[in-house]
Amino acid sequence: MPIDWKSYATGDFFDELISAPGKPRPFARTLAKYLASLSDEELIQRQDAVRYAIKTMGISFTVYSEAGNIDREWPFDLIPRIIPQKEWQITSKGLEQRLRALNCFIHDVYNDGKIFKNKVVPIELVMDSENYRPQCKGMKPKYQVWANICGTDLVRNNDGQFYVLEDNLRVPSGVSYMMENRTVTKRVFPELFENSEILPNSEYPSHLYEMLMSLSPRDKARPEVVVLTPGIYNSAYFEHSFLAQQMGAELVQGSDLMVEDDKVYMKTINGLAPVDVIYRRIDDMFLDPTVFNPDSQLGVAGLLGAWLKGNVALANAPGAGVADDKVIYTYVPAMIKYYLGEEPILPNVPSYLCIDEKQREYVLKNLDKLVVKPANESGGYGMLMGPKASKKERDEFALRIKANPRNYMAQPLVYLSTSPILTGTGGGVEPRHIDLRPFILQGKNFYVTPGGLTRVALVKGSYVVNSSQGGGSKDTWIVDENGVPGSKNAEGGAA
Amino acid sequence: MLSSVAERVYWLGRYLERVENTARLVNVYSTMLLDLPSGSHIGWSLLVDITGCHEEYNKSHSSVEEKQVVRFLLADSKNHASVLNCANMMRENARTTREIIPSEAWELVNNLYHTLKEDLSRTISRRSRQQTLENVVGDCQRIVGVLTGCMNHDTAFAFIQLGRKVERADMTSRIVDVGSISMLPAFSRSAKQKSFLEPYENIVWMNVLRCVSGYQGYRQRTHSQVKGDEVVKFLLQDEAFPRSLGYSLTDLVGHLNKLPNNVEVLRAVARAKKVTLEVNINQLLQHGLLDFIDELQISIADIHEEINNTWFRPVELRKPVRKGQSQTQA
Repeated sequence: MPIDWKSYATGDFFDELISAPGKPRPFARTLAKYLASLSDEELIQRQDAVRYAIKTMGISFTVYSEAGNIDREWPFDLIPRIIPQKEWQITSKGLEQRLRALNCFIHDVYNDGKIFKNKVVPIELVMDSENYRPQCKGMKPKYQVWANICGTDLVRNNDGQFYVLEDNLRVPSGVSYMMENRTVTKRVFPELFENSEILPNSEYPSHLYEMLMSLSPRDKARPEVVVLTPGIYNSAYFEHSFLAQQMGAELVQGSDLMVEDDKVYMKTINGLAPVDVIYRRIDDMFLDPTVFNPDSQLGVAGLLGAWLKGNVALANAPGAGVADDKVIYTYVPAMIKYYLGEEPILPNVPSYLCIDEKQREYVLKNLDKLVVKPANESGGYGMLMGPKASKKERDEFALRIKANPRNYMAQPLVYLSTSPILTGTGGGVEPRHIDLRPFILQGKNFYVTPGGLTRVALVKGSYVVNSSQGGGSKDTWIVDENGVPGSKNAEGGAA
Repeated sequence: MLSSVAERVYWLGRYLERVENTARLVNVYSTMLLDLPSGSHIGWSLLVDITGCHEEYNKSHSSVEEKQVVRFLLADSKNHASVLNCANMMRENARTTREIIPSEAWELVNNLYHTLKEDLSRTISRRSRQQTLENVVGDCQRIVGVLTGCMNHDTAFAFIQLGRKVERADMTSRIVDVGSISMLPAFSRSAKQKSFLEPYENIVWMNVLRCVSGYQGYRQRTHSQVKGDEVVKFLLQDEAFPRSLGYSLTDLVGHLNKLPNNVEVLRAVARAKKVTLEVNINQLLQHGLLDFIDELQISIADIHEEINNTWFRPVELRKPVRKGQSQTQA
């Protein structure tokens, strides 16, 4: 049976493509019609083609388990997710605004601390943060920008509005999958690109490279930019190598670098060569064993010193993670007002801080309705999905919150929007929950990716979109509605 | 270029060449045995010897039968030199240098490994074996084609070529060794056996040539019958045949000239060339190839060591010393 959109049940959720059974949103009509025109065999062929393309291109990520590390192929659903360009223009302004404010905040934290003096953010929250690095005090990175690369997670609630779920300011990953998803879709559905105005997303590496070069402490025509990876066993190694390849930069491991007289060099076949900019994909704590974790084999001894002396640029700057904390997150709207004097364009998900006694009371009483998150974990680990947890799990979590209230915040369950995925073989389509991670660059200038990485919870009803826990992904299209026939009277979709 | 990356693309080149050559060797050897009489006592153990895996084979096998040897050389995960393992190592080196090599080349390498793994997971019958091995050789040729045709001919390319040519020199020297089968008549215990084997001498040498796709080249260059001394001369010293030792060594010099601080490596190549070109072939065939091949392989291993010391682990940057790297990657 080919796809029948009439039997597609959207339920209580906002669906990105189909507003009601049998009714694709205006900007998704071409796609829905095209998909419904394919026979079972054609659909199966396309799915096989996807698997083959992913295997051949070697798009993989690594899963750590006790049985050993497995290099897994990237789970991908071939129905793209579409966002109209008009909506995206506003969203990307909001993302830019947010990162601008976050960088003002980080710079303020390590320099004047005005925001504490003006009592907008309590200083204890920052000083207690696991990601606060006292070693960075007084540092003034170029353009006063600490987080040069940011991955902000957006979710759409059932009111149709995008909310910011979190800002990833340490070593956000996923951008290579965003681009590879597009490559795969083009291989499998070339016809679709003839009939739609889909914004290309392959320019990211050039913008990244340009931004990184702009950070160079030396005035050179072609500064030496390197990508520092923890190595081939890291789950994001594919991405590190992909970005290095796309930028034409060297991909280095800690053992390829050395520091002498506070200057960074890489070991080349010509001997030692000076390094100007390091796009590091290693967490702060592993960057420099002489300052941070002394057991780290991944970093470079003396790297922090070289950076503090201004001899090398590190992106993102050490200590930038101080704003990448789920408790600090709740203050971002206030930061935007404080530093920029603007109203936030993108709202936060309402949040409750467990460190505040009243809010904690509320959280503990309503654990069955809330999602509780630790301040510093990423990858979806260590959180409680209240509505889905057992009483025992909730009671255990309550103890953890009481023991360390600073480390927890809670949010009402967001009714993540859905998008159709193909289930099984042939024309089965069902809604699954999705989120969106666009990437934002800030150096001398700003850049926001058109769209981002859409992650999808492949398991029915699941909200967990992380690839390490059974999530998959979709290509994300920003579509110029004017370029799509029959899309003039847009309904819904645009926030 | 980073030393660590140079080392990986060099090994990419070595494993690429090793996969192709081992596939050729097993394929040709299989067809050659079909031509030899069943009483010839030329068996599969020689093939294990040529690949230098005798010890490892004996650890896990008590007898030397076709099926076991072929599986060991092609698909055994415990044999570090098996075609599958080499393909895997080639893939790992390609995977960790994807920022350098053309994407198409990575895709071909990746596919070769996956296809091979699937093909070799089934029983390896004689017929499917030949098809599989021919595909492997063809795939390797395509990879070489993409690298040569699509990659900048700069330092990274030079290191891939160094790897390929060092490996090729090593393998050709081993393949020449196959010819020593033909000298079995001389060492045969009985006159009966001697007369039994003599007619097959040419068949052996012909197959040695086929192994390196050198049969046509030989005919064109020598205008002579297939004879042991001429074949050995062709494989060691010919200046036009791309898989001959002499050619591979000369080719190495061309790539070395693109690299910095190459003096010691060039010297090592010159020494190997001297061993190859100055040997008296006729004498060699009378006394047996064994000692000579040993000498030759040592001089090739020296080239590898010098490459290693010059670019991958130069003294002033040296990490803890590792040894015994000439056949496998550290």
